[in-house]
Amino acid sequence: MRLKYLALAAGAAAMMAGSLVTVPASAQDKIYIPLLTYRTGPFAGSGTVIADGLHDYFTLLNERDGGIGGVKLEVEECETGYNAQKGVECYEKTKGKGAIVYNPYSTGITLQLIPKAPVDKIPVLSMGYGLSATAVGEKFPWTFNAPATYWSQMSAIIKYIDTQGGVKGKKIGFIYLDVGYGREPIPILEELSKEMGFSVLKVPVGVKEMQNQSSHWLQVRKERPDWMIMWGWGAMNPTAIKEAVKIRYPMDKFIGVWWSGGNVDVRPAGKTAKGYLSANFHGTGANFPAIQDILKHVVDKGLSQAKRETVGDNFYNRGVMNAVVTAEAIRTAQKLTGKKVINGEDMRKGLENLDITAERLKEIGFDGFTNPIKVTCKDHAGAHAIYIQQWDGESWSKVSDWIEPMRDRVRPKLEAAANAYVKDKPGWQTQSCS
Amino acid sequence: MEILFNIFIQPFIEMFTAPDLLIQVLWEGFVSGTLYALIALGFVLIFKASGVFNFAQGIMVVFGALSLVGLYSLGVPAYVALALCILIMFLLAATVERFVMRPLVNQEPIILFMATIGLTFFLIGFGEFVFGGEPKLMITEELGLPTGSYDIEAFGGLIILQQIDISAALIAGAMVAALAVFFNKTRIGRALRAVADDHQAAMSVGITLQQIWVIVWFAAGIVALATGIMWGARSDVSFALQIIALKALPVLILGGLTSIPGAIVGGLIIGLSEKMLEFYWGPMLGGSIESWVPYFVALIFLWFMPQGLFGERIIERV
Repeated sequence: MRLKYLALAAGAAAMMAGSLVTVPASAQDKIYIPLLTYRTGPFAGSGTVIADGLHDYFTLLNERDGGIGGVKLEVEECETGYNAQKGVECYEKTKGKGAIVYNPYSTGITLQLIPKAPVDKIPVLSMGYGLSATAVGEKFPWTFNAPATYWSQMSAIIKYIDTQGGVKGKKIGFIYLDVGYGREPIPILEELSKEMGFSVLKVPVGVKEMQNQSSHWLQVRKERPDWMIMWGWGAMNPTAIKEAVKIRYPMDKFIGVWWSGGNVDVRPAGKTAKGYLSANFHGTGANFPAIQDILKHVVDKGLSQAKRETVGDNFYNRGVMNAVVTAEAIRTAQKLTGKKVINGEDMRKGLENLDITAERLKEIGFDGFTNPIKVTCKDHAGAHAIYIQQWDGESWSKVSDWIEPMRDRVRPKLEAAANAYVKDKPGWQTQSCS
Repeated sequence: MEILFNIFIQPFIEMFTAPDLLIQVLWEGFVSGTLYALIALGFVLIFKASGVFNFAQGIMVVFGALSLVGLYSLGVPAYVALALCILIMFLLAATVERFVMRPLVNQEPIILFMATIGLTFFLIGFGEFVFGGEPKLMITEELGLPTGSYDIEAFGGLIILQQIDISAALIAGAMVAALAVFFNKTRIGRALRAVADDHQAAMSVGITLQQIWVIVWFAAGIVALATGIMWGARSDVSFALQIIALKALPVLILGGLTSIPGAIVGGLIIGLSEKMLEFYWGPMLGGSIESWVPYFVALIFLWFMPQGLFGERIIERV
């Protein structure tokens, strides 16, 4: 009996000693960033490239600069398969390791994490996805969606169409993945259709039908919309583009959300997809000094899972941009708090005071890569402007200037949606921004 | 009143006023139906021979197609890659028989079904490990499959027939016919039917169960490979393709789990009905009804024919 207690005591002591030895080592020397990624499942085509971009920029900072502010970054991927349940499991598994921020890479997972963020004091950065209303910082102090929301993007796309012959009296088709993500911009699209006098043809595509869209596109053929907007993801995108080609829909009247503009989306259709348009908020290609550094310090050293030829792809650069926003927020947090190793609360401050100017972009090797981003207490989306790119059969080229969203129309709607979200949640943490 | 008009009158007016679209919808339904029939056939073959509902049929479609494009990307010529893929499907069949089926002989069907679920997840993991999770392009032209289309101006409109869809229908038809001949006219085919009727009786007259299982899993593998090539050519080759295999479930409910003609007729009924209902009635119901309509159609048939269209009527003495 005595021996048993001795063994238990020894075990407990060993565990405590272990924790005393290991916790300070990871907590003091590193900044822990969990990445909720998906390299498997039906959405792996897009998810893998984004994960590579995210991973490679953080690796570059470690390899070239020794981390951020002299602190190395500890990056750990957790596979979600784009599944909200698995995403939450990843969150629960990693939050105790000192996570400073979560990039869920799924609107479904983001919706699950929004209420958890203020409780666990770890901010959520849903860069260009998630719940649009979280741009309202007063109501969502812990969630950020810089550089733009789905609603601002939709308004910018409509603005672009308006410059190409007007929208009044036109019919705009909206084909979307029939999940939370795809349905997210519908409220603003319907509002704008009433205000600007165009009609909307909604074409939902179920997850099971992602690669089986012939009847959806026959619907498009029957209704003959003047423009088509797509809110697709994963295997839905290349199938939709191929089906559009099949029914002879004019590619230069077909605009994808920024998640429907990957190289993996247009390659299956190849040259027949020539003319296809998509929204974007960052540059494509590898002709940026920082991307060249990734090739030199990460890819060529065998520290990346990416194939060399995919570096610079649209979605690869999306992952890089996400890592840039995260890294710059860490720097801001370090400056504001005077701490080298920051926690989730510090990171929230960093994100809320993020100011990536054109000069700063040049300084870090991303001159002209994106529009300057300035996040404030009130506005968690930051920049908002987008541009339209076009597929020429081999690569993307920019075919519009930066398009500002219809702020006057979008902001009141975002505020109304934010108010509606928190209305039935007593005790919801808000903040006042003066 | 308006609802009744939209349900009972409007769709038929549209069919009458735009017959080109009607023909196009029927064509798309026919092509989808033949491919559903092909997937369902894979299930039927294995169920007939072993009483196992093979949950892994969907991932076998992906695995076959990925092996093909994977080998081609390594520099193997397209037809050699195709031949090697057939060999891979044979090795898969032999491995499944030896390590999954044989140890579970005489176990309850649910145990065997669970084993195929395990096999599914193993093949997903193994496939992602070997080929990666990103989508690949099907080597359509390299295999000599046509990629253009025939544009037929008729009925005041345009009917577009994709050559790959015509090929898919022809290949599916040829495979179904070959399998029907194989199982009805050859010695192995008759042995398979004997096994399907009664395992022990078949073994008592000298039929080797293991050999039969390898043959049916191999045949199901070939069917999966053909489906993967055809569907991969219409979209791309990714793990999302396994979702398509779920479409075989209503086909099986409708056609019966043991009938090859049932798989064919069931596939066509499901393909045609889902396209027609989605196109003419879907918008009224908010769209995207293809996800559930095939099950609804199958359930309606089950009301009247509980064994499915061609399923065997089970009569048991009490």
